[in-house]
Amino acid sequence: MEKVATRDAYGKALVKLGEQMPQVVVLDADLSKSTKTHDFKKVFPERFINVGIAEQNLLGIAAGMAASGKIAFASTFAVFATGRAFEQIRNSIAYTELNVKIAATHAGLTVGEDGASHQAIVDMAVMRALPNMTVIVPADATETEKAVFAAAAHDGPVYLRLGRAPVPILFDDDYKFEIGKAVVLRDGKDVALLACGIMVNEAMKAAEELAREGISARVINVSTLKPIDKGTIIKAALETGALVTAEEHNIIGGLGSAVAEVIVENAPVPLERVGVRDTFGESGKPEELLEKYGLTVKDIREAAYKVIKRKKG
Amino acid sequence: MEQISNEKKLQEMARQIRRNIITMLAEAGSGHPGGSLSAVEILTTLYFQEMRVDPANPRWPERDRFVLGKGHAAPVLYATLAEKGFFSREELLTLRKINSRLQGHPDMKKVPGVDMSTGSLGQGFSASVGMALAGKMDKKDYRVYLLLGDGEIQEGQVWEAAMAAAHYKLDNLTAFLDHNGLQIDGPVQEVMSPEPVVDKFKAFGWHVEQIDGHSFAQITKALEIAKTIKGKPTMIIAETVKGKGVSFMENEAGWHGAAPKKDQAAQALEELA
Ligand SMILES: Cc1ncc(C[n+]2csc(CCOP(=O)(O)OP(=O)(O)O)c2C)c(N)n1
Ligand SMILES: [Mg+2]
Repeated sequence: MEKVATRDAYGKALVKLGEQMPQVVVLDADLSKSTKTHDFKKVFPERFINVGIAEQNLLGIAAGMAASGKIAFASTFAVFATGRAFEQIRNSIAYTELNVKIAATHAGLTVGEDGASHQAIVDMAVMRALPNMTVIVPADATETEKAVFAAAAHDGPVYLRLGRAPVPILFDDDYKFEIGKAVVLRDGKDVALLACGIMVNEAMKAAEELAREGISARVINVSTLKPIDKGTIIKAALETGALVTAEEHNIIGGLGSAVAEVIVENAPVPLERVGVRDTFGESGKPEELLEKYGLTVKDIREAAYKVIKRKKG
Repeated sequence: MEQISNEKKLQEMARQIRRNIITMLAEAGSGHPGGSLSAVEILTTLYFQEMRVDPANPRWPERDRFVLGKGHAAPVLYATLAEKGFFSREELLTLRKINSRLQGHPDMKKVPGVDMSTGSLGQGFSASVGMALAGKMDKKDYRVYLLLGDGEIQEGQVWEAAMAAAHYKLDNLTAFLDHNGLQIDGPVQEVMSPEPVVDKFKAFGWHVEQIDGHSFAQITKALEIAKTIKGKPTMIIAETVKGKGVSFMENEAGWHGAAPKKDQAAQALEELA
């Protein structure tokens, strides 16, 4: 399967977007080669702003440009965007509902060798907790491009979570992405596997293994973490009676928490969460880290067995 | 409303704005008089002499923008906007009350004439840089004005923004530093001195003017000079008195964030009659 990092897809999508929408501007904080906003800079140098290593100012300037009619895409690593500049996002972007798209790359453990200081594992939690914020976690290059266009068309702030490592292309051009809509990729009745980002592919593989073992698993791509698609989640809970979530993020505050919130209020069923178990990461190859921190096909498969066992009746 | 060119009329307007500030704060029972009063002449000059704004069309794309970096001085902004005709003087009495548009710190989504929501010190500076950058990109001739506190400039983000404004040669951005010498915990010099501020902003690539921030003539002249400076943003360091115009509030750190009681308000209004 062809592999492309979602940050690469982001860079290419920005160029296409820039051609269609003259009001799009792109800002970066000395990481344009890594975040791939460099692609946009090459084609539209007059619409690209490098603020230097100054993330608070990055988000603040983006807010000011948005207040003056621009659609501002601001990029840096996810750790710095949502950590260093959290309060700028809160007060200058979310509270004001300005048209800033925070496209943060290098999210999750698959940053790899740079280690824990650079691996964002709470970004989904903090962005999801902000009123007015839309949170999107694309699973592959195709979905990334569609999400970039959807984010630009959406009026208001968006957090777009992108990765460093190449990931398989799962979807073709016919794939439909809509903000707020989870997509059932595979039907099943015994258990539902809900995933986002790079874990969608792992969930698909786990479903195949489970099928060989006689278990029918539904796979749902919850690429919009907020607003979350309650309908699709409740339906899965009612029809399968057991859910597993999988995310490249701390199990506190991310997809697992969001799904738990929906089901406890609407259709309580057992849930198992696959994710980083409330610990920081470390240096290593992406695959080694996913293995060590329990984010593999095997972990999802085991969680499925565990949750099915917990079903009543 | 017509722009005011006559100094005497500006002085009358400033006195009215000060009365509004005292009245609204007394009614609210909380809020920030000191830093509101120190900036009255600056806002009066901006809104009644300098800036191109249209109260009937607050989102007019060609308008000049004003960002109140020191958002806690919301009363001076609201009092000025009301006098300019963005909303009624009566509405000032809803300050800080439930369901009011006049939040404790300015909210651009609620209040006509407020160009940026502020309150978290340092953030307004970056927003003003973004507005000035967008103006340059779109080849528009609107100007962006910013008001900073002298305590506010202790924030790291201020210096990130100052660097960026000079780097991008934003001569359409003019900032005022309300150099009143006080912050919450006492004299700025004692808490954490940012001095020498003139040298610092010069070193950051700004054109710097130093004025008496209560002199209309000096504010006007500095604004005129700012418009002639090409390739650089201008910082106008305005020497001011915190609490200006109310004898018992002047130069008192305690009046940073305390509203006058009824009798105190009455005395203040008498002084401002
Ligand atoms: C980021 C941030 N930190 C702290 C505060 C609380 N605060 C409000 S006003 C103030 C002092 C401001 O002093 P200065 O900038 O000198 O304002 P002025 O004297 O003009 O009122 C502080 C610390 C805040 N609003 N924002
Ligand atoms: Mg001060």
